[in-house]
Amino acid sequence: MLLDSLLSIITFVPLIGAAILALFLRGDDAPARRNAKYVALAATCTSLLASLILLAAFDPAETGFQFVEEGKWILGLTYKMGVDGLSVLFVMLTTFLMPITILACWDVTHRVKEYMIAFLVLETLMLGVFCALDLVLFYLFFEGGLIPMFLIIGIWGGRDRIYAAFKFFLYTFLGSVLMLVAMIAMYVDAGTTDIVALLGHNFGSETMEILGFHILGGFQTLLWLAFFASFAVKMPMWPVHTWLPDAHVQAPTAGSVILAAILLKMGGYGFLRFSLPMFPIASSLLADFVLWLSAIAIVYTSLVALMQEDMKKLIAYSSVAHMGFVTAGIFSANQQGVDGAIFQMLSHGFISGALFLCVGVVYDRMHTREIDAYGGLVNRMPMYAAVFMLFTMANVGLPGTSGFVGEFLTLVGMFQANTWVCAVAATGVILSAAYALWLYRRVVMGELVKESLRSITDMNRREQAIFAPLVVMTILLGVYPSLATDIVGPSVGALLDGYGEAVAQYNGTTQVAQLGGH
Amino acid sequence: MESIILFAPLIGALLCGFGWRIMGETAAQSVSTALLFVACVLSWIVFLGFDGETRFTHILPWIESGSLATDWSIRLDRLTAIMLVVITTVSALVHLYSFGYMAHDENFDEATESYRPRFFAYLSFFTFAMLTLVTADNLVQMFFGWEGVGLASYLLIGFYFRKPSANAAAIKAFIVNRVGDFGFALGIFALFFMVDSISFTDIFAAAPDLAEREVAFLWTTWPAIELVCLLLFVGAMGKSAQFILHTWLPDAMEGPTPVSALIHAATMVTAGVFLVCRMSPLMEFADWTQSFIVYIGAITAFFAATVGLVQNDIKRVIAYSTCSQLGYMFVAAGVGVYSVAMFHLFTHAFFKGMLFLGAGSVITGMHHEQDMRNYGGLRTRMPYTFWSMMIGTLAITGVGIPLTGIGFAGFLSKDAVIESTFAGGTDAATFAFWALVVAAAFTSFYSWRLLFMTFFGEPRGDRHAHEHVHESPASMVVPLAALAVGAVFAGMVWYKPFFGSEQKVQEWFGIASGEKHAQVLLIGAARAAEEQNDASGEDSGSGAAALPGQGAIYMAPDNSVLHDAHYVPAWVKLSPFFAMLIGFALAFLFYVRRTDLPAKLAANQAPLYQFLLNKWYFDELYEHALVRPAKAIGRFLWQRGDLGAIDGFLNGVAMGVVPFFTRLAGRAQSGYIFTYAFWMVLGILVFITWMTIAGGQ
Repeated sequence: MLLDSLLSIITFVPLIGAAILALFLRGDDAPARRNAKYVALAATCTSLLASLILLAAFDPAETGFQFVEEGKWILGLTYKMGVDGLSVLFVMLTTFLMPITILACWDVTHRVKEYMIAFLVLETLMLGVFCALDLVLFYLFFEGGLIPMFLIIGIWGGRDRIYAAFKFFLYTFLGSVLMLVAMIAMYVDAGTTDIVALLGHNFGSETMEILGFHILGGFQTLLWLAFFASFAVKMPMWPVHTWLPDAHVQAPTAGSVILAAILLKMGGYGFLRFSLPMFPIASSLLADFVLWLSAIAIVYTSLVALMQEDMKKLIAYSSVAHMGFVTAGIFSANQQGVDGAIFQMLSHGFISGALFLCVGVVYDRMHTREIDAYGGLVNRMPMYAAVFMLFTMANVGLPGTSGFVGEFLTLVGMFQANTWVCAVAATGVILSAAYALWLYRRVVMGELVKESLRSITDMNRREQAIFAPLVVMTILLGVYPSLATDIVGPSVGALLDGYGEAVAQYNGTTQVAQLGGH
Repeated sequence: MESIILFAPLIGALLCGFGWRIMGETAAQSVSTALLFVACVLSWIVFLGFDGETRFTHILPWIESGSLATDWSIRLDRLTAIMLVVITTVSALVHLYSFGYMAHDENFDEATESYRPRFFAYLSFFTFAMLTLVTADNLVQMFFGWEGVGLASYLLIGFYFRKPSANAAAIKAFIVNRVGDFGFALGIFALFFMVDSISFTDIFAAAPDLAEREVAFLWTTWPAIELVCLLLFVGAMGKSAQFILHTWLPDAMEGPTPVSALIHAATMVTAGVFLVCRMSPLMEFADWTQSFIVYIGAITAFFAATVGLVQNDIKRVIAYSTCSQLGYMFVAAGVGVYSVAMFHLFTHAFFKGMLFLGAGSVITGMHHEQDMRNYGGLRTRMPYTFWSMMIGTLAITGVGIPLTGIGFAGFLSKDAVIESTFAGGTDAATFAFWALVVAAAFTSFYSWRLLFMTFFGEPRGDRHAHEHVHESPASMVVPLAALAVGAVFAGMVWYKPFFGSEQKVQEWFGIASGEKHAQVLLIGAARAAEEQNDASGEDSGSGAAALPGQGAIYMAPDNSVLHDAHYVPAWVKLSPFFAMLIGFALAFLFYVRRTDLPAKLAANQAPLYQFLLNKWYFDELYEHALVRPAKAIGRFLWQRGDLGAIDGFLNGVAMGVVPFFTRLAGRAQSGYIFTYAFWMVLGILVFITWMTIAGGQ
């Protein structure tokens, strides 16, 4: 019974928490604020515990969907949830990071109840994205996630929060409009919104003529492009990445953590769930296009990161670069590339989350993110310096941390797909060292000369508790990555088998057609 | 046993780094040092008792994805055994030495800052990373160690975190190394792409096959083996500070001196040489890359020696000397005599480690003065240090009795390098031979210059400093003595196994030959057949020579350089000796007899002097050609690209919408945000309704 509706429990426990807060918690005094936080913490922890059961009961060898729940829903729609090797770890990532996020905003005093509600609703929506097995459900969760994030940035954000919130909203929403159109087209073509059924459906790939343009891959290519518009913005890929630095800078610390650690992963997950398996022909035709965009993104944003003066902006640009490895890995379309992409997403979840928390630690004390406002923090904050060092190194992809495994595997994958892209992307390894270490040096190293920093204090117990699990995961996954790759591997293998077959068949038929033409 | 050697330093690092608050500083330092000595003793036991047969110890699976499978495991063969001894010995002694050296440090506040446990933890961590590098049985684990030592190096160079110069040097070291790692990583990718494995055993077995293949990489197709070897060598160039990627090493002297001795002289910087030797089964098939290695090595040996001639900072002189000696090792590896490269690596670790520790002793004695122009006449005040530095100098300059096997360690190994180079016979080898002989004269000159300026003549500089000169404590002198033993005898004792008869060398490195060979072949063939179930068994039966991957190093059947090196003309054997004498005579003239000459010469030859003093202007070149453009491009892409073009374009497109939003935004308070959220929900509801209606049809 419990296992039968486990996914729903995991997904909706936070929502129940939010409902309790909304309905029963009154007042805005100190006890009410404290209660709000504790309720939120309890809800996220319950979800985490439930997801641990999920992980324990999950069978990695089975490549199909597991824990599938299906039922009638309002308005004739279907409610269908399930996870496979591609998605289960994203569920884990989300449930794992949420309690940390709640703890990270423990000192917030402005509209605490609403803040907690926003995060709890957001958690439900994010988990829903990774579990949904119905197109409508997926879209609901996917788009719904925008709203709480929009509110978090717009209400609890920094000085230019309105601009950033709208930019965030417009970019991602406009991307999704095209996806919406594509989803309707898919529904019309296949006659179902069931993702499992759609995965088995062959979308047409005959060359089409539109306005005099030859569209290779036909219908698939059109659908692919529409989905791409949405996911590329979400990732974000170059050149539609500019909303991210603004959103990060203005978002509160906890918002940045969620944004970087989980929301960005929805794009990558979307590529894996839709683009690659449903539109294999289009994916193979457009793979080089994505690979090159990714390679450009890595070099471009790394160079831009080098010159940033705002800590959060720097880390945001670094995130874009790291997501470049993900997209390149996915569209390398081989086992190492895709395994690496998923691993990189998980690892980036921990690392970038931790880096934003690192910024948050000093922001809470000094209320500035300007790099120049700091310097010599190691003198007063040795523990902070050590933690920041670890995550800087993880961000740089040092072997022994999870950052290395993701970068390494995606690059191995890229090399097999396109050596140029691999070589260009690999320069990111040099550039990341440059911007990350330079940041670290300017903030942490040196003599402590700034008067304002004289009395800054090291991390307190709560902050240590926040970082501890992240430190453990970063090193654990770096030393023993099989924890993740064993779960992911079989599903990726199955995905790629299907992909390979479809592409081979297509190439066979086009060759026959060409031969026939001669 | 190997596992204990490998993990003892890691445990030491963890206990020391995290446990010192509980057990106290001195105890923490002692624990890490004691563990290192345990590792050291075990390493010698392994080294002396090793029979040449490669052994594997599996620890844990690591990265697994599809056909890519890497493990944490230990490969023990002769190369590993040599490196184990070098690393743990120098490391243990440096730990001991650091007790004295780090006892007082004016960069830290003694009362409130516990810098010593941190230092020892870093040292032990470094040792662990270095041991993982040399015990790796696959390229990725090696890369782990490779980057791990880079991290340790970064942390230790930047140990004086308040000094801007130390921070800059630390970053520079890391990034320049990353440039090398870029090549190394691509090499690994290429190998995996072609061999479908990254374990040494599989790669070596595939070497003859790779030699036949071509591979498309970037703009053209390459001979597969050359591409792989070249890319891996780029990694080696970074780590071993070879010409073009050498600029970080002199700056790395910002770290405490024990670090320079351990990391930047004896162990980490030799990792590149180790890599080339480890990859000998591939290198043997890559003629073009081999020549490239010889050229780079020879140029480095020459270039670094010229810069070393004029430096005034005692540590920088030794740093350039290290750079130069690494060039020697690469030349030896490049001409195909890997055993000799390892020989020089082995002896160099002793005498260069000792020179650095001696320099550290002088520096502490002189109250952290590093400029040799302010030394002088320290011979009587620091007798132990003087004599150990003297032994080190005799060793590095190559003093010995020509045409016999009697001499200091450097005499035997350096002569072996030079003779092998001459025997190499190719254009590259001939060029390298002359470069190395000239560099030998320079080496002799700057080494004696260092000794004369420091210990002879009248005290110069600050009188106060000279009055308080004192000999270093026992914890610093004992390691010097221990290394001195190595610097004197290491060459003579191990001459035969490294550079004796071919058979002796092959036996020592576990390369089967003669009757034993046949047996091993049978076993090897059986094993190969078992593993692959294909025709590989026939191959191994037919060839009389050893197969790539048998034993620790591989020398192709047509590689007779080791053999020829024993039959070079006498003048070749004598040439390094005379080069040494010339260098000594000039140094003696300049710095003992006519001490006014150096200044006159510098004034006479000002452009040349400045050119050398400024290290051939490499730093300036890189600053203008790479660093500044990178920053300028970064700023351009940010301001013009992101803010100008992309945001500008998208805003322009959205011009109809944006004014509306900005107007709203201008007045917006948080209350409005809820309104917009409401509209979004409404929009989604509309969508669902639409889908439902469509579904109803």
